[in-house]
Amino acid sequence: MPAPRAGSDEERGRPVLIVRNLIKRFPGILALDSIDFDLRAGEVHAVLGENGAGKSTLMHILYGLIRPDAGEMMLWGRRYAPSSPRDAVLSGVGMVHQHFLLIPALTVAQNVVLGDEPRRGPLIDLRAAEDRIDRLRTAYGIEVDPTALVADLSVGMRQRVEVLKALYRDARLLILDEPTALLTPQETRHLFRAIQELTARGISVIFISHKLDEVRLVSQRVTVLRRGRAVGTERSTEITPGELARRMTGHEVTMSFRRQASSAGEPLLRIEDLSAQGTGPLTLDLCAGEILGVAGIEGNGQEALIGALAGLIPARGKVWLGGARIDHLTVRQRVEAGLGLVPSDRQEDGLVLPMTAAENLALRSYYRRPYARWGMLDLAQWSRETPGKLKAFDVRPPSGGVKAEALSGGNQQKLVLAREIGAEPRVLIASQPTRGLDVGATEFVHRRLIGLRDSGRGILLVSFDLDEVLALSDRIAVLSRGRIAGLMPRREADREALGLLMMGAPPRGPAS
Amino acid sequence: MTAGALWPFTATLLAFVIGGILAAGFGFNPISAYGALLSGAFGGAFAIATTLTNALPLMFTGVAVALSFRSGLFNIGAAGQYWLGAIAATWIGYRAAVPAWVHLPMALVGGMIAGAVWAALIPGIAKAYRGANEVITTLMMTYIAVYLGHYLIEGGPMQAPGFTPQSPQILPTAVLAGLVPGTQLSWGIALAVLLAVMVWLLLQRTAVGFSLRITGASPGAARYAGVSPRGTIVLALALSGAVAGIAGAVQVLGVDHRLYDSFSTSAGFTGIVVALLARNHPIGVLPAAVLFGALASGGNAMQISAGVPFHLVDILQGLIIFFIAGEGLLRYASWGRPNGQRPA
Repeated sequence: MPAPRAGSDEERGRPVLIVRNLIKRFPGILALDSIDFDLRAGEVHAVLGENGAGKSTLMHILYGLIRPDAGEMMLWGRRYAPSSPRDAVLSGVGMVHQHFLLIPALTVAQNVVLGDEPRRGPLIDLRAAEDRIDRLRTAYGIEVDPTALVADLSVGMRQRVEVLKALYRDARLLILDEPTALLTPQETRHLFRAIQELTARGISVIFISHKLDEVRLVSQRVTVLRRGRAVGTERSTEITPGELARRMTGHEVTMSFRRQASSAGEPLLRIEDLSAQGTGPLTLDLCAGEILGVAGIEGNGQEALIGALAGLIPARGKVWLGGARIDHLTVRQRVEAGLGLVPSDRQEDGLVLPMTAAENLALRSYYRRPYARWGMLDLAQWSRETPGKLKAFDVRPPSGGVKAEALSGGNQQKLVLAREIGAEPRVLIASQPTRGLDVGATEFVHRRLIGLRDSGRGILLVSFDLDEVLALSDRIAVLSRGRIAGLMPRREADREALGLLMMGAPPRGPAS
Repeated sequence: MTAGALWPFTATLLAFVIGGILAAGFGFNPISAYGALLSGAFGGAFAIATTLTNALPLMFTGVAVALSFRSGLFNIGAAGQYWLGAIAATWIGYRAAVPAWVHLPMALVGGMIAGAVWAALIPGIAKAYRGANEVITTLMMTYIAVYLGHYLIEGGPMQAPGFTPQSPQILPTAVLAGLVPGTQLSWGIALAVLLAVMVWLLLQRTAVGFSLRITGASPGAARYAGVSPRGTIVLALALSGAVAGIAGAVQVLGVDHRLYDSFSTSAGFTGIVVALLARNHPIGVLPAAVLFGALASGGNAMQISAGVPFHLVDILQGLIIFFIAGEGLLRYASWGRPNGQRPA
């Protein structure tokens, strides 16, 4: 990848934003502990940290969403204390959130001007808006059709719309919150080029991430946050990924654990001509002792595949689990036949948030022995087993009485895994198992998945994060527009080729 | 958690404070008004019995609504199921010539089944298979129930001989015995307490109740856990309707002894408020129902002895509803966002 770095700018960059001694307390925690931070003109400054390190808090303060308890901020030489995002925008600060705030039913132009429409009398002057967007597009080289519906755009395109929104409001300082989380390698490269264009025109960028290598690639300087403290600012080229990881977590991290090539056994899960909700027909085999990664951009049939396999939605086609047909079974019967389900949305589908950890652990077994007798719950049995299960998956605190909503994201996911992997399923369908988790929790989840595989189970890993698919899978299937666009062993998989397949290019086509 | 559990008390207290200020504003002495209210509701055995009699149907309907809320369904039509229960119990009460030990249970069970069917058959199945919003369907079924009841006793097959729009009186074998002589309070109160405890046990201690609760708290997680959404919907509405049906039956068998033209529908609707005040806890419904029963009986006394219009009670009820509904708003206003952090 070309490094979109502007080394010379760094030297002559005047300070744009200076943050001194910023402190923010929330009930029970010190979210920001006298943070110092500065950003220079035309610079990309990466902010790296785990969940709960204070990245979001810092960005929310910069964007006027919350106010600090103490500390000073100077923006372009003037005191800066935004009391709302509106203040921030008027001061020239723009933010692209990780989850886009776009209205799918509106066009790009309408989304961009929303809330700040050029008017002719009482009416919106859409033509003037489109003209202005066109000028911005040419000026910054952002390719997106202003008349297209946002609903029809890819994730990468939507992100460009978000950037346009900020530029339209004259942002000179752009905060990008985990901008590459959902992008393909090609889209990521495109984004990095766009960032280069922006900085060349004097726009400064704060780039929030937890991916070490891209931070080194895109930024000139990097500040690591850990538990509310800034643990140093370095030039991105002068610090090793290992050192960054150590600063982030506070301890040594094995960057990539060795994946032993598994000896795949007989097919455990067979899928033949499975179709549902416009997705398919799909044909796949998952073997014992194998992780089959399903790569793809969000919205390419992942939900339908999982729903059809789990029995959540009506589907056609045949599915065998360990030799027995399961496609006509209910969800519960499939679970009893040995299917484990880790839903992509742990808060909506994986857990009952207002219920306790013990109750959540019981979700797939509460109705049968030994957890219930004659229809009556055996709560004593639950409380006997709960602490052990929680400890086995390092759920903190390991108390069955704590409500799921009180747990951190990582611990919530561990709770889901404690239930689903703890039940020792023959086949685990894991969707986005590390979405939104910090480095430590991600590593834990990955190790557990590998452990399950090594015990001879099969795992279907559905993830939008290509790095994750590459890191864990023994074979990789690419899902694109509801079809399997490619299927290959991990050792033959190449991230560029996968990216093209994910975007719907024909397999083995003329590569870039 | 504790702050949330205390909220019903705070809401009630706030309502009384503001109600008192309003009363003072209109030239009434709030102390004497509330004094009259209190002694009218709890001053002496007769007052207490009247309060409990008022509270009795609310205990049932409150439990019925709470049960549906806990299952994620909004059974707004407890009033209709209450009517159906009353109709069935009345009919069995005057028609069936069976021994007393069969007659009373038979009338109660008949009312229960009628309520269950009224809630489950159309609203339940329409929601389960067609996604029809149960708020609309249960409410529409309420109108049907009330008009059906009126038809039956206004020239219909259940009208007693004569011109008065009322059913025949139920046979003595079907009467739910009085608990306090000289008052309308019947043994139904014991049944209400028993039922509240049973519903609590159902929700907290049985597998079926657990299915209902996870469906109510997280439909997505319930689906992934293999709970049948359709079965749960029909079952939850049936159970809720059954309890509301018992309410109607108990009212007929213990208090009215026949179906009148002016048989009340308000118990079904007030049950919603009672359930909300009790935070949908089946046992918490009991004191919440007593509060509303006390407002009704004490309000009368207040009007007579202190000259304060009964409308103050309506205002108090409205304020309680307002503050219960406003809990989320108030919490937001006082603490702001939970902690301003999102998963990054």
